[in-house]
Amino acid sequence: MDKDINIKVKVWRQNGPKEKGHFETYPLEHISQGSSFLEMLDILNEKLINEGKEPVVFDHDCREGICGMCSLYINGHPHGPDEGITTCQLHMRRFNDGDTITVEPWRSAGFPIIKDLMVDRMAFDKIMQAGGYVSVNTGGVPDANAIPIPRDDAEMAMDAAACIGCGACVAACKNGSAMLFVSAKVSQFALLPQGRIERKRRAKAMVAKMDELGFGNCTNTGACEVECPKNISITNIARLNREFLKAKFAD
Amino acid sequence: MNKINSKIPEGPLAEKWSNYKNHQKLVNPANKRRLDVIVVGTGLAGASAAASLGEMGFNVLNFCIQDSPRRAHSIAAQGGINAAKNYPNDGDSVYRLFYDTIKGGDYRAREANVYRLAEVSNSIIDQCVAQGVPFAREYGGLLDNRSFGGAQVSRTFYARGQTGQQLLLGAYSALSRAVQKKQVKLYTRYEMVDLVIIDGRARGIIARNLVTGKLERFAAHAVVIATGGYGNTFFLSTNAMTSNGSAAWQCYKRGAYFANPCMAQIHPTCIPVHGEFQSKLTLMSESLRNDGRIWVPKKLEDAQAIREGKLKPTEIKEEDRDYYLERRYPAFGNLVPRDVASRAAKERCDAGYGVGSTGLAVYLDFAEAISRLGRDVGEARYGNLFQMYEKIVDDNPYETPMMIYPAIHYTMGGIWVDYELMTTVPGLFAIGEANFSDHGANRLGASALMQGLADGYFVLPYTIQNYLADQISVPHFKTDAPEFEKAEKDINDRIDRLMNIKGNHSVDHIHKELGHVMWDFVGMGRDAAGLKKAIEKLKEVKQDFWTNLRIPGNKETLNIELEKALRLADFIEIGELMAHDALDREESCGGHFRLEHQTPEGEALRHADQFSYVSCWEYRGEDKDPVMYKEALDYEFIVRQQRNYKS
Repeated sequence: MDKDINIKVKVWRQNGPKEKGHFETYPLEHISQGSSFLEMLDILNEKLINEGKEPVVFDHDCREGICGMCSLYINGHPHGPDEGITTCQLHMRRFNDGDTITVEPWRSAGFPIIKDLMVDRMAFDKIMQAGGYVSVNTGGVPDANAIPIPRDDAEMAMDAAACIGCGACVAACKNGSAMLFVSAKVSQFALLPQGRIERKRRAKAMVAKMDELGFGNCTNTGACEVECPKNISITNIARLNREFLKAKFAD
Repeated sequence: MNKINSKIPEGPLAEKWSNYKNHQKLVNPANKRRLDVIVVGTGLAGASAAASLGEMGFNVLNFCIQDSPRRAHSIAAQGGINAAKNYPNDGDSVYRLFYDTIKGGDYRAREANVYRLAEVSNSIIDQCVAQGVPFAREYGGLLDNRSFGGAQVSRTFYARGQTGQQLLLGAYSALSRAVQKKQVKLYTRYEMVDLVIIDGRARGIIARNLVTGKLERFAAHAVVIATGGYGNTFFLSTNAMTSNGSAAWQCYKRGAYFANPCMAQIHPTCIPVHGEFQSKLTLMSESLRNDGRIWVPKKLEDAQAIREGKLKPTEIKEEDRDYYLERRYPAFGNLVPRDVASRAAKERCDAGYGVGSTGLAVYLDFAEAISRLGRDVGEARYGNLFQMYEKIVDDNPYETPMMIYPAIHYTMGGIWVDYELMTTVPGLFAIGEANFSDHGANRLGASALMQGLADGYFVLPYTIQNYLADQISVPHFKTDAPEFEKAEKDINDRIDRLMNIKGNHSVDHIHKELGHVMWDFVGMGRDAAGLKKAIEKLKEVKQDFWTNLRIPGNKETLNIELEKALRLADFIEIGELMAHDALDREESCGGHFRLEHQTPEGEALRHADQFSYVSCWEYRGEDKDPVMYKEALDYEFIVRQQRNYKS
């Protein structure tokens, strides 16, 4: 049964990208374990506002684990201690009375801090713009059933396409690599006939853009897969490496 | 003198759209380069429109409030998208999809618009497959379908429980390509705060850069609003936290009519409310009603024992369960439309049969489906939804029934548009949930995705040219015109006024007050006395807002409380207009249920003779009452009937 707990939240506060940040610790009492982690932060912010202080800034939107907007490094884990979920799906029943919970932003060269816990993930959009699409214009396409696709391929493509672009993989990686994110998109398209036509160009362009934007290399530690809220598999990274090498050899 | 001219093309229903396209004005490629179009919003409608217009050669400026276009709330749509492909060979057709949609909307939508929607639905599926959207497939490699509420055929295409995500990512990838090709310029973390009108035409917007807090000006030959609905007026809804009605409201205040504001959809299958700290409600997809059976205990004493925690749902014997949807609506059973299912749940809970600790919940049970199909099939179909439920409620839906209750989900009302999706302000267009056009008084499941993409891919890119063809000699606009100066000054003054209240209530505190008033009096069951009370109470909320609000920090910096305050100021006014409209509409239809107007069996009682119209509200100024005009809905092609899901 859910009960009320008293906790301390140790939060990273940073006024702007260039300013020095620091931790602040806030005690919170009577937090229902049935509340979500972000609702706990709402309660903290309500308290801060009532005290005339500035609330903690954090990204969030759908609060049902799909938009990819929420982030947060909680007690050393992207999206917190629970597996297979985003921060907005994390509930306070994962914590105990008396706990001190440490909350930090994503920390990576690719994601500069905007304020407090909010970071700039525009780099992911830029990688997508480099090649994360099938080049078709609106209209003039064949009937949807014109090309049958083996069910297993469609399912594997869907597994990869489930990526929500939150950036937890980058935050979890000691090298700050975006390989899991990039490989998920490259895999989705490589597995489908619609995407295969541009597979070489896509793999090269997306990897080049990733490198250009300051993301690190992959050294196969697998931390990204463990922390991914959507359980995107690192077999996608293996597929990306194959796609990339084949494209390079073809040059 | 009102400005309502729906511009429905001549000819038989099935030929209207072709006739329109054959005779509309077009813009040649060289001239497209000279024309700028602002698209506000990057959901299914906004992203698909921006990408399509960019590909055609227009200069597109596309805005969103999140950090990336991919975050728009279309991403959260779960169940699927309708189309009249008839792949399962079960008798579907364009006409049948049109008919189901009109009927599902309780005969309060335009025939011609809905027919066009059904007509282009098939192209959407083709387009998405070509983009690499991984729809569910059969073993033979062809696309799979499931069924949804309000239909007797299987016409819903899906990608697990994440169809909205996959369709949005498809549109987002098309948009990303257009950005790469410099056809679209993207502005993320920007919020539109006013519409700029020059010589009676929409010519630009003022947007607030949410990171710097600065106001910026953007000019264009046309402005497209694709900012979704206003469900968050109720504070608790299935919408995302930042979903808001402000862009639409600015258009209303600048002269666009607002249509059917009271038409809000209450979705029957959401996770019930559990505490005052709750920030939003989570939807459980309608697709669950394909296999889940909805019930409450037959005996009041069982319901009470369950509420007190003395009895478990699995301990209630089969004969002591009331599968009330199957009982009341044998022909459609658990797959009745959303308005019908929501009201039926409320009726049972109000009568004392509700479950959960609050008594405001009913069961959605998969035991029969799991024993019939096996746990594996259940997991393949609904695994992610079951997981989502378990994380929130801490119950395992494979073993014990889910608890659900209705919640605000979608707004059928919105900015009034004509057949060309243009508002009453020339050059201002509205698409997707932001407009009112296709769903009447109730939207069928899996039709929001269809409408958003229909508008963005296949309708607006045509109809906007009919307007822009006359604009080719108008040069690119400068943003130093006095109209821009004034609009920016107005919004700056408004922000100063908000910052200077320096009261002692947070934005959320007042938003929750608003939500309570809306849910209690403008919610699932409305009556004249309650609506009048709501109008009085909303004045108090407004007073509280403008005297007791506290926004910490400064205006010219990232300030989330200021962002929320600007939206809440509009939500309060939207709530007022919803109440006025609901009071005016003395009938029950679709999502609008007036307690005074029901059949002896408790079904919605429509008054087609008096209320077969779209209510179109015109803003007349801060302290003046708005004026309502009626757009008559003349049904030429189908006969209006009392909706019947029983036989």
